[in-house]
Amino acid sequence: MAGKTLYDKLWDSHVVEQRADGSALIYIDRQLLHEVTSPQAFEGLRLAGRKPWRVDANLATPDHNVPSDVHERAGGIASIVDEISRIQVQTLDDNCDEFGIKEFKINDREQGIVHVVGPETGATLPGMTLVCGDSHTATHGAFAALAHGVGTSEVEHVLATQCLVQKKMKNMKVEVTGTLGLGVTPKDVVLAIIGKIGTAGGTGYAIEFAGQVFRDMSMEGRMTVCNMAIEGGARIGMVAVDDTTINYVEGRQFAPKGEQWQQAVAAWRDLVSDDDAVFDAVVTLRGEDIRPQVTWGTSPEQVAAVDAVVPVPADITDPVQRAAAERALTYMGLKGGMAISEIPVDEVFIGSCTNSRIEDLRAAAAVVAGKQKAASVTRAMVVPGSGQVKLQAEQEGLDKIFIAAGIEWRQPSCSMCLAMNSDVLPAGSHCASTSNRNFEGRQGFGGRTHLVSPAMAAAAAIYGHFVDVSKL
Amino acid sequence: MKAFQIEQGIVAPIDRANVDTDMIIPKQFLKSILRSGFGPNLFDELRYLDKGEPGQDCSARPLNMDFVLNQARYAGTSILLARKNFGCGSSREHAPWALDDFGIRCVIAPSFADIFFNNCFNNGLLPIVLDEAIVDDLFARVAANEGYQLTINLPEQCVTTPEGNSYSFEVDANRKHRLLNGLDDIGITLNSADAIKTYEQKWRQQSPWLFDSIK
Ligand code: SF4
Repeated sequence: MAGKTLYDKLWDSHVVEQRADGSALIYIDRQLLHEVTSPQAFEGLRLAGRKPWRVDANLATPDHNVPSDVHERAGGIASIVDEISRIQVQTLDDNCDEFGIKEFKINDREQGIVHVVGPETGATLPGMTLVCGDSHTATHGAFAALAHGVGTSEVEHVLATQCLVQKKMKNMKVEVTGTLGLGVTPKDVVLAIIGKIGTAGGTGYAIEFAGQVFRDMSMEGRMTVCNMAIEGGARIGMVAVDDTTINYVEGRQFAPKGEQWQQAVAAWRDLVSDDDAVFDAVVTLRGEDIRPQVTWGTSPEQVAAVDAVVPVPADITDPVQRAAAERALTYMGLKGGMAISEIPVDEVFIGSCTNSRIEDLRAAAAVVAGKQKAASVTRAMVVPGSGQVKLQAEQEGLDKIFIAAGIEWRQPSCSMCLAMNSDVLPAGSHCASTSNRNFEGRQGFGGRTHLVSPAMAAAAAIYGHFVDVSKL
Repeated sequence: MKAFQIEQGIVAPIDRANVDTDMIIPKQFLKSILRSGFGPNLFDELRYLDKGEPGQDCSARPLNMDFVLNQARYAGTSILLARKNFGCGSSREHAPWALDDFGIRCVIAPSFADIFFNNCFNNGLLPIVLDEAIVDDLFARVAANEGYQLTINLPEQCVTTPEGNSYSFEVDANRKHRLLNGLDDIGITLNSADAIKTYEQKWRQQSPWLFDSIK
């Protein structure tokens, strides 16, 4: 019998009941909650007179609607200007208080984007199943956890039963061999992967990212890659356990301690695909071939190397892709054939659950240190992913580097990743953004998003256009 | 979820085809963080003469007295009689939530939109498909008799009129079982509560660090 993949192992260890129709009842170890997708789930519980199955399996924090502006933030929930945002954040507090669920509240030091908070507090652990009402839950797969996004009715289902009804997915291995060149980051790796497989390439699969490049990658980097698995169509992206994983988890707030730690580490060592495991699909890239990436369109797969040109639609043979490229270029206000480096950058956003961790901020600060934001860039902001990241960055003096360069230093939240708080990209503006979606209107009505790495975004802030960070 | 067995109630006629979910509950009410409380805004644009906003006190709003749900003879209705393709348009689950919150338990029509039809079963409502000729006849009887009531018997799968006519209807066995017992998806999973507990015990022994760590 063939060996098991990492996904097979995680799945098998969580099956409560196999159903006749091929679905299974899967046990969920951890649920992360935020203010946008949880209120109706709690209301459903109340209406049905149900209680959470296991309160201690849940952790909540508000992030999507929380202001990044220090003044709007100062008075806590009461000072949130938009009424609907304020009510959603308040409702999360009320629900968590009522049901006894642990929450990091708006101005707690540990508050932040759920996908930053889970890992850094040790609420995310290897070998667990983890869900959240948010599609970027794949982030947590970096810890060899089975993690994926769910809808509000499933949030309620997990609260009430600690289980989900699921069908098993197929296995895909995405292997990146060799080593990365200078200035090439995990963000560039995942954009290159999506450029290769397309935004639907991973549909129906659980992806395991494997190969030397991931072995050499930090946990922050692995999280960046797994975060965007969903942009490649896969609800799940994972990396196997190794020393990097275990070293990252050790000592965190909710991580096991003492004897339990030893026991846990022994169990986690098995969270790798067997040598003879069979994958339904395998995709391979060479690390040496990957260049810093910039998206030029309105889908993450519309991506090119920084030293390339925007594609000319007429040259695209596939009629569907050609039409998509034409539409995207019209929306983005770009011409086929122009150099990526000629695209003017009006705004810069460094943040989001993809790239707002300490390493990301360090990489951005290294590029801007001692330099000034270009006059043509109207606004550049750094939004740390959590209060802990913010604190760490301030201890390292990164905030001062950004502020000295004319870049705003803000409060932890989702911010301009989806513009649910006051941070909105104006129509027609080009934004170098470290977030994960460049869909039409994502950062603001008519806004034009270019997805890049933190170093590339920082460089764009300094030069007012995209530059190849490997040449700096 | 409420169980559905036998429902006897006053019938209110919604005499138009293609009633969409935006008509059932207009989009400005979707901003709510609740799934209850939509009853006062059920059919908002038909029921009131002004434009409804979320959070408003509806008791002071001017009523459209031509609309059936505002008429005294239909007060306390729990059964809607409707025309073709009821519940078409957006997939919003707020539509059955609003009907349920208003007190509707059953909708009878010659046909329903798919998603709405499904959403009803997940929220304890029974949508019943009857022949167009029967529906026509029922519309006439409701108009002619004030306080006209029907009895919906789910176990027997039939609708009985005060005159003693009985019309049978189809319902998928699985859905019938769920409605009769008030089982939503969560209810069904909770049928496996013992299996979940057994698994949990074993898993706790194997991976104790996954339990009681968040306090
Ligand atoms: S940072 Fe953006 S992608 Fe991530 S959870 Fe927030 S809104 Fe979603």
